[in-house]
Amino acid sequence: MTRLLVGPFNRVEGDLEVRLEVAGGQVSQAWVNATMYRGFEQILQGKHPLDALVYVPRICGICSVTQSVAAARALAAACGVTPPPNGVLLTNLMLACENAADHLTHFYLFFMPDFSREVYADRAWHTQALQRFSTHSGEHARQAVAARQRWLQIMGTLGGKWPHTQSIVPGGSTRGISSSERYRLGAHVAEMRGFLERVLYAAPLEEVVALDSEAALAQWCIREPLRGDLRLFLAIAQDLGLENLGRGPDLTLSYGAFAQPDGSYTMAPGVWDGQSLHAPNIAQITEDARHAWLADGGSALPPSVGLTLPTMDKPEAYTWNKAPRLAGQVLETGALARQLADGQPLIRALWQRSRGNVLTRVLARSLELAQLVLLTEHTLRSIEPEASSCVDSRVPDHADVYGLCEAARGSLGHWLSIRDGRIANYQIIAPTSWNFSPRDRSGTPGALEAALVGAPVAEGDTTPVAVQHIVRSFDPCMVCTVH
Amino acid sequence: MREPAFNVLWLQSGGCGGCSMSLLCADTSDFRGQLRQAGINLLWHPSLSLETGQDVQQLMADCLSGKTVLHALCLEGSVLRGPEGTGRFHLLAGTQEPMMTWVQRLSAVAKHVLAIGSCAAFGGITAGGSNPTDACGLQYEGDQAGGLLGSNWRSAAGLPVINIAGCPTHPGWVIETLAALAQEQGLQAEQLDGLNRPRFYSDKLVHHGCTRNEYYEYKASAEAPGDLGCMMENRGCKGTQAHADCNVRLWNGEGSCIRGGYACISCTEPGFEEPGHRFDQTPKVAGIPIGLPTDMHKAWFVALASLSKSATPKRVKLNATSSHIVVAPVIKKTRLS
Repeated sequence: MTRLLVGPFNRVEGDLEVRLEVAGGQVSQAWVNATMYRGFEQILQGKHPLDALVYVPRICGICSVTQSVAAARALAAACGVTPPPNGVLLTNLMLACENAADHLTHFYLFFMPDFSREVYADRAWHTQALQRFSTHSGEHARQAVAARQRWLQIMGTLGGKWPHTQSIVPGGSTRGISSSERYRLGAHVAEMRGFLERVLYAAPLEEVVALDSEAALAQWCIREPLRGDLRLFLAIAQDLGLENLGRGPDLTLSYGAFAQPDGSYTMAPGVWDGQSLHAPNIAQITEDARHAWLADGGSALPPSVGLTLPTMDKPEAYTWNKAPRLAGQVLETGALARQLADGQPLIRALWQRSRGNVLTRVLARSLELAQLVLLTEHTLRSIEPEASSCVDSRVPDHADVYGLCEAARGSLGHWLSIRDGRIANYQIIAPTSWNFSPRDRSGTPGALEAALVGAPVAEGDTTPVAVQHIVRSFDPCMVCTVH
Repeated sequence: MREPAFNVLWLQSGGCGGCSMSLLCADTSDFRGQLRQAGINLLWHPSLSLETGQDVQQLMADCLSGKTVLHALCLEGSVLRGPEGTGRFHLLAGTQEPMMTWVQRLSAVAKHVLAIGSCAAFGGITAGGSNPTDACGLQYEGDQAGGLLGSNWRSAAGLPVINIAGCPTHPGWVIETLAALAQEQGLQAEQLDGLNRPRFYSDKLVHHGCTRNEYYEYKASAEAPGDLGCMMENRGCKGTQAHADCNVRLWNGEGSCIRGGYACISCTEPGFEEPGHRFDQTPKVAGIPIGLPTDMHKAWFVALASLSKSATPKRVKLNATSSHIVVAPVIKKTRLS
């Protein structure tokens, strides 16, 4: 048996370290360490509740809009305000813009470059992978950064800047749009559609979201082999058996994405167990700090009464992340969970066969990216230019509320207590808090910790490539995790 | 195209990665090409490089031994000194050593050291509230010189830490600073302001180029979120005091905070994270804002404000408290008749 300490783990957001126990050429146990603590939950204490809108986006520079939305929803619940329809739609546009940018960044800059590694030099697809995804000269990676830059100009218009926009408030969006601006935004969406249909899919977006079975996917691949980066990924996945790598827990969570003015969701919420879909019972969510360098409340606590207090000298602790659980169970969250909850037939079919793994996570994200761009087109058409997008909010002296949201990487929740008009407690459970959770007090490993077991490790390899694929397939965000 | 020769190592500590994400929004159709063109070689960047784990540790060891010349060390995020000066709030993954220690070592061999964003420059948002992690900047703690490296520290090139402040910082500010450093003549001390920020962006105020200037002239003020009027009087806007060219250079194509409908919180200034008042409200004494425009005498401001308020056109007054233009400017006949 050997032990490996892998880090600094790059092309994930934030600082990550993975400790591995290797036996018989594969990982036998894994411990995931988020190595940095900043203390946002402590920083927020005593602040005016609306000041959270300045602090919380700065938890994360990659999904700052999502953090804003979760806070704004908690505050809206406290203030008892409902944004006008335009406020809801403009918020959705910003969310979709950020989520799509995240998926694009993940695919081209974080995940695919690993296939350009020397270790794959003998594979038939390696030259293609190198040409398209090399970190220094990959042609498609280069084009993706340019497409991302153009796409985020939508945020420049709607949010003033990205990241750390503050136009998302409890009452809606502080930036309305005119009909001429709506036209201009539409032109940016068309540019993204063009890039995706040319480079990522080599197919119309509508064709991609309509893929509804494994047979349809296989046919779609065979029709134009290796054309477009999604087909290349699928070929690589088949060759390397990515479907057998990094199996997650058999439960997934989505809070529901893109709430509409009528209260419905564009992507349905739910906990999926492979057979049926349940509404997530928020009251059953707890966080366990047994293995975190944080005060352990004596038991796993619901976030509404959660504690965040650094406590360095705990013999069992190995990370700054607490262990979130739903009814005591480990869940996986992210695009895969959203697609399962929403009933995407291809993803459900793949799930039935092989559950969550490197292939299904990346494929779910790729399909969702097409869906997000279509959603953006639809939302733009639904906006009523020149109509109000915001109402004012008055914060009460006392409130116990929460706000939920789907970030690109999964379910995000903010729990807020207000006393005497000030923030008395603020607790955040981020997507990667779920996925990269440490063991809980009963010793149950988190989603990634379990997913890494069985990953192949070659003799003498200090940074096993399979481990890297598994870790990055979750698109982790460590700064959100520890906040 | 020149061969990249200016080696840049980019590290992240007590921040959010937002300055890196902002960097990728640089106004170019070829991000890597733009860096190459400026002679910049990104040795390693947490989001953009292939190398992980042991390879990165080797790369840093090569910088420390001098095998690889480190022309610029960029730190994004604040330095986390806690608890009790140990730096254990951030151990560099894989090394079991505080990031603080790595930054000290690498600063000693770097020709230039750059603080990317307000966290690395002054402590930033991470130093807000009770500052549980004892966060500070590389060479400042708020507006006090010192920080991790001490006020007298100078890089091998003889410059203090260059503070490219902003939350996040603008990609143009970063790339133009690096490009200047990569040139033979480099960057001179007099090209930095009193807080060691590059003057090419900090000699301007956010107020310059603000699209709400007509409202400002007449003190026609926004009252609620989403209103079109000037946000200085009621909504906490510090555009007249914040050093940055945000409304001239613009963000993500055509944005600025104010154009997005919210106040400038002066994120390029030390201590912006603890303004001592609600971010969305302007503190006042006897109805007059405490934070008056930079360089303006209070008595003159009061006199001018009262004069301009009495002269405010109806159009400007009504539009100031609306979310869209409700009264258009009058079309005047300009021919002599």
